[in-house]
Amino acid sequence: MSQVDAHDISHDDHGPEQGSGVIGFIKRWLFTTNHKDIGTLYLWLAMFSFFVAGAMALVIRAELFQPGHRFVDPNFFNQMTTMHGLIMLFGVVMPAFTGMANWQIPMMIGAPDMALPRLNNWSFWLLPFAFTLLGSTMFHSGGGPNFGWTMYAPLSTTYAPPSTDFMIFSVHMMGLSSIMGSINIIATILNMRAPGMTMMKMPMFVWTWLVTAFLLIAIMPVLAGAVTMMLADRHFGTTFFDAAGGGDPILFQHIFWFFGHPEVYVLVLPAFGVISEVIPTFSRKPLFGYHFMVYATGTIAFLSFVVWVHHMFTTGVPLGAELFFMYTTMLIAVPTGIKVFNWVGTLYKGAISFETPMLFAIAFVILFTIGGFTGLMLALVPADYQYQDTYFVVGHFHYVLVPGVIFALMAATYYWLPKWTGHMYNECLGKWHFWLSVISVNITFFPMHFLGLAGMPRRIPDYALQFTNFNMIATIGAFIFGFSQLLFLYNVLSTVRSGQKVGDKVWEGGTGLEWTLSSPPPYHSFTTPPEITPSLFKHDY
Amino acid sequence: MSKVPKKHFKLVSGLFLIVLGMFAFGFALVPIYNSLCKTLGINGKIGGQAVPYDNVVVAQDREVTVEFVATQTSTMPWLFYPKVKKMTIHPGEVARLAFYAENQTDHRMTVQAIPSVTPGIAAKYIKKTECFCFTQQTLNGHEGMEMPLLFHLDLDLPAEVKTLTLSYTLFDITDRVN
Repeated sequence: MSQVDAHDISHDDHGPEQGSGVIGFIKRWLFTTNHKDIGTLYLWLAMFSFFVAGAMALVIRAELFQPGHRFVDPNFFNQMTTMHGLIMLFGVVMPAFTGMANWQIPMMIGAPDMALPRLNNWSFWLLPFAFTLLGSTMFHSGGGPNFGWTMYAPLSTTYAPPSTDFMIFSVHMMGLSSIMGSINIIATILNMRAPGMTMMKMPMFVWTWLVTAFLLIAIMPVLAGAVTMMLADRHFGTTFFDAAGGGDPILFQHIFWFFGHPEVYVLVLPAFGVISEVIPTFSRKPLFGYHFMVYATGTIAFLSFVVWVHHMFTTGVPLGAELFFMYTTMLIAVPTGIKVFNWVGTLYKGAISFETPMLFAIAFVILFTIGGFTGLMLALVPADYQYQDTYFVVGHFHYVLVPGVIFALMAATYYWLPKWTGHMYNECLGKWHFWLSVISVNITFFPMHFLGLAGMPRRIPDYALQFTNFNMIATIGAFIFGFSQLLFLYNVLSTVRSGQKVGDKVWEGGTGLEWTLSSPPPYHSFTTPPEITPSLFKHDY
Repeated sequence: MSKVPKKHFKLVSGLFLIVLGMFAFGFALVPIYNSLCKTLGINGKIGGQAVPYDNVVVAQDREVTVEFVATQTSTMPWLFYPKVKKMTIHPGEVARLAFYAENQTDHRMTVQAIPSVTPGIAAKYIKKTECFCFTQQTLNGHEGMEMPLLFHLDLDLPAEVKTLTLSYTLFDITDRVN
């Protein structure tokens, strides 16, 4: 590929090489090794998956609008809950943050591109194939996977539909993709920083991604192992999870949650990073307690490996283990509390303005904290016996994932989109999007806590009459939330196509290397290493 | 092809080794889990080994209730139940009972019974002299059989355990045997 070599060396500021016509367009995007192009691909994949998995959520909510059999049959309902979970995790949040990492990390550390551009291309292009495979299961005879995203054996082995094998291979491909993506991110951050950009000067978004990438290379192989064992149990006569042959289905839960709990922090740590960028910008103050933020991130990542049994308190684990995992779980509240405290500390006496990214960031701090508190309730062993497998759990993790992680993604998009496109988004539409989202997200998920406390179980297509009112409220909220996201799509599309031109420094309070580049930035971010001056940073060091 | 700089190569190789190590660790969790459960006796599993009954002192002053449960999975077309639902025994005393099993299908089937004990911590104090779970059981269609179980409780059984439940689940392993 001498062509790429040539344009690595020649250059100054030129755009992507693109042939003519449809073939040229396809070749450009298929063969691109540019971090911004690949970031864009990741982000559009996430946007597409967001609406697909969101539509599935609306099928779930429509069925639950009233008790009784309404729209879809129970097996299809179960497929919807499974696919909604899998796609939202692996198809929306992870690719979206990887896309942002691709766009932002080279710009934030003063690098020309990612460390391993070809690997980067492969990491992305595995994903569309993985999701085609996963999506195809819905059209197989016997239907798609219907055992929940947690894939508990024996539901996913003995009793699973034939299409489960396709899901397993799709998980393998997603795992491969995110492992390679993470290796690339680590190599970029550790090896490509501009001279003078020491570790403790790196922006928080870069720090959180560094930690996340290490989490990913530690846990994705374990998930790959777990689904491989599932595959072996299904077809090769092994009995890893089958009691009849000396295996143990509880073992599956241990392996799965050894992956699954750190995975939660894979989703939320980059969100913490985004919030730590947005709040200082719009408070016009440096980030309060930068060092503590870094250490807290590391602590959360470490603790995430020693809490997994809190997902399994009711499986009959010994009392000693229940106590150990209860305390370690509650310990996570300490570094997380430090983060929330520091965000509030950054806001304190700041010259705050409420542009759309800031609105989403503030909503994140408040609503994520609610999700954190319900998490603490679930960490209590005796209480967990009551809450386990109820809508309380659904309410809890949707509070950390929707007004938490998804809001952070929205904040990040509004925050960096003007930099990426060179156009300002429509602020009025952005505010409409925010207020509709923040109101409807609470209408949707807050009643779920009450439903759970009253005893409504998760993952059921029908329920007892007394749960009707809260379910109706939740469904109405879900539809408002779902359709509000079309405003977001429209706003992003119209910003990409046109809009008011912005300068290099889009936000008055913005500090950091990305704001020293033009908007949109040159195709190769920093061809000569930038000078690192103290004024570039949102934090004291 | 552009050269990957040496520093990337070194770092990426290291990271790749971590990935391989963690993939292996995922599989290593299987023996780790099994041996941990076995040593600590925490998942209610009983060893498949017969323990001889000799020189055992009977603790006449202590009584423990043992309940017997036969679990039927919906896919097992067998009749399966304990002949006695529960008994009260002294630790050290031999308990003798039988489970009844009947193959209600028209064809020959082989099954394996898997025991489980609640509370899990009591599992390692159940000493079986004879159990139908030690071997596979084969029955012809519509054939029935009483399956014997001989066990005693170890004297070291923790004092707080006053009732324990011994459960058996039958699994069809006809395909695997043939």
